[in-house]
Amino acid sequence: MLRAENLAVQRGPCTVLADINLELRPGEVLGVLGPNGAGKSTLLGALCGELQPSHGDVWLDQRRLQDWPGSERAQRLAVLPQTSTLNFAFRVEEVVGMGRLPHASGRLRDAQIIKQALEAADALHLAGRSYLALSGGERQRVHLARVLAQLWPGGEGQMLLLDEPTSMLDPLHQHTTLQAARAFVEQGAAVLVILHDLNLAARYCDRLLLLERGRPHALGSPEDVLRAEPLQAVFGLEVLVQRHPERGHPLIVAR
Amino acid sequence: MNPVIRPRSLFIALGLLLALALWLSLALGPVSLPLLDTLKAALRLLGLAQPGDDLAQAELILGQIRLPRTLLGLLVGAVLALCGVAMQGLFRNPLADPGLIGVSSGAALGASIAIVGGAALGGLPEAFAPYLLSLFAFIGGLGVTALVYRLGRRDGETNVATMLLAGIALTALAGAAIGLFTYLADDATLRTLTFWNLGSLNGASYARLWPLLLVTAAVALWLPRRAKALNALLLGESEARHLGFAVERIKAELVFCTALGVGAAVAAAGMIGFIGLVVPHLVRLLVGPDHRVLLPASALAGASLLLLADLAARLVLAPAELPIGIVTALIGAPFFLYLLLRGRT
Repeated sequence: MLRAENLAVQRGPCTVLADINLELRPGEVLGVLGPNGAGKSTLLGALCGELQPSHGDVWLDQRRLQDWPGSERAQRLAVLPQTSTLNFAFRVEEVVGMGRLPHASGRLRDAQIIKQALEAADALHLAGRSYLALSGGERQRVHLARVLAQLWPGGEGQMLLLDEPTSMLDPLHQHTTLQAARAFVEQGAAVLVILHDLNLAARYCDRLLLLERGRPHALGSPEDVLRAEPLQAVFGLEVLVQRHPERGHPLIVAR
Repeated sequence: MNPVIRPRSLFIALGLLLALALWLSLALGPVSLPLLDTLKAALRLLGLAQPGDDLAQAELILGQIRLPRTLLGLLVGAVLALCGVAMQGLFRNPLADPGLIGVSSGAALGASIAIVGGAALGGLPEAFAPYLLSLFAFIGGLGVTALVYRLGRRDGETNVATMLLAGIALTALAGAAIGLFTYLADDATLRTLTFWNLGSLNGASYARLWPLLLVTAAVALWLPRRAKALNALLLGESEARHLGFAVERIKAELVFCTALGVGAAVAAAGMIGFIGLVVPHLVRLLVGPDHRVLLPASALAGASLLLLADLAARLVLAPAELPIGIVTALIGAPFFLYLLLRGRT
């Protein structure tokens, strides 16, 4: 379990994140929503130890995150950043194989996991190609496969943090990516995902955190959070909330 | 851009190339030795008795001149290429050069101080001069690199972009100081200075090999232990941290290794450009960027290429000798341009 207690992050004189009390529980997908600059990525950075909180602590199980030795932490917690700057001609399976660096599971097992992770990210057909020859969306899926491989098969106690994993993807792969996250959660892992698409959030998340200027505005089930009033208050957007005709989850349409 | 060769085939090819380069480097020169005699004399020098003919002359030339020179070329080439890999990994840029962090210019500054300062003091004692020169170069390289590293640090983290810019600034500053020394130097000193700035394997001796041998061995043993970390670093610094690597520590190690390696190489053979830039790049084109292969393969290729460049330096104007820095720049610079331009298509 990943737990943030009274978390705050200061950047220069500005408080960019405050009053965050959050538990990421096994078996759930927690979505983080909010307008640009609301502090979503800052929250993710603080939760994975990349940013030093000015106040509060992050706990992974019973230990403070910064007290975890690097490789042990990496076996439990994986992070998919928004963009990647990889500029070297690795083959796709080599990139995914980097997710296995914290492990000593052996070449054969790693090759198996790489294949399964690529399959889960619907990128198996890219194997053998040079990373630099891929499109932006394909690269994003390869990195998804890399962080999946890092925690494969995603047992209890594994934490996966995804920063806008669908930002460059076509509609089909937006769904396959979040389905991969769901499949991971079925195995007992926990996923935190930053999203901009409210309908994807409604469909795939168990709980949602709505951030407004660095502070939590609402935290709860999609039905509780995705209502017209909080969305109007945070995004300044007038929306109509209906029920999905087949699945029953909220369906958000701009007015 | 897919790798074109399997690692095993590449290692075999590079091994053969190095053996050929070693053999030619021992055999050719102002006095060319028959290839077979070279081999026999070399074996005899290694303590393996060879039957037959009078090899005294070959043994003398080999033992006194060509062997130390060849070994020097081997070590300088290998360590420059290894440091090039380390820097390209650290800066996550395939066109980075070991000179970026100021080590080459620092070493040149140290050497200039020793050369001009020594001349001003009425000449250094003959026996110490080369050692003092190397020592000053080594200290200069380490000193400027330490300063660059220090300038790139803020709040306990090293910003490689700041480091790169600090390296450029300090290189310019060192260049100004070297220019000043050049201006102040008299004719004889000027000649030493010029030759030294262009690099040369001339004047190699066993005594000057030892420090470089130790440093090269340390770098060649240490960097491959960081091969996986270097791979992860190519993803990005935070990604490497998320994969469990102690990134700040690894960056410090890479800078230190490079300062040590390039500092020692420059101290032993002067400034030799482009090996550290071009060799890793070339090897990466052949087998891909995996550092577990890239590091040892670059060491082999760097050693071979430097020996071949030295052969050219020795033979083109024989019996006169071209500074090797000119040869490596003549080959390296057009190749570098080719690499830049081919990326545009």
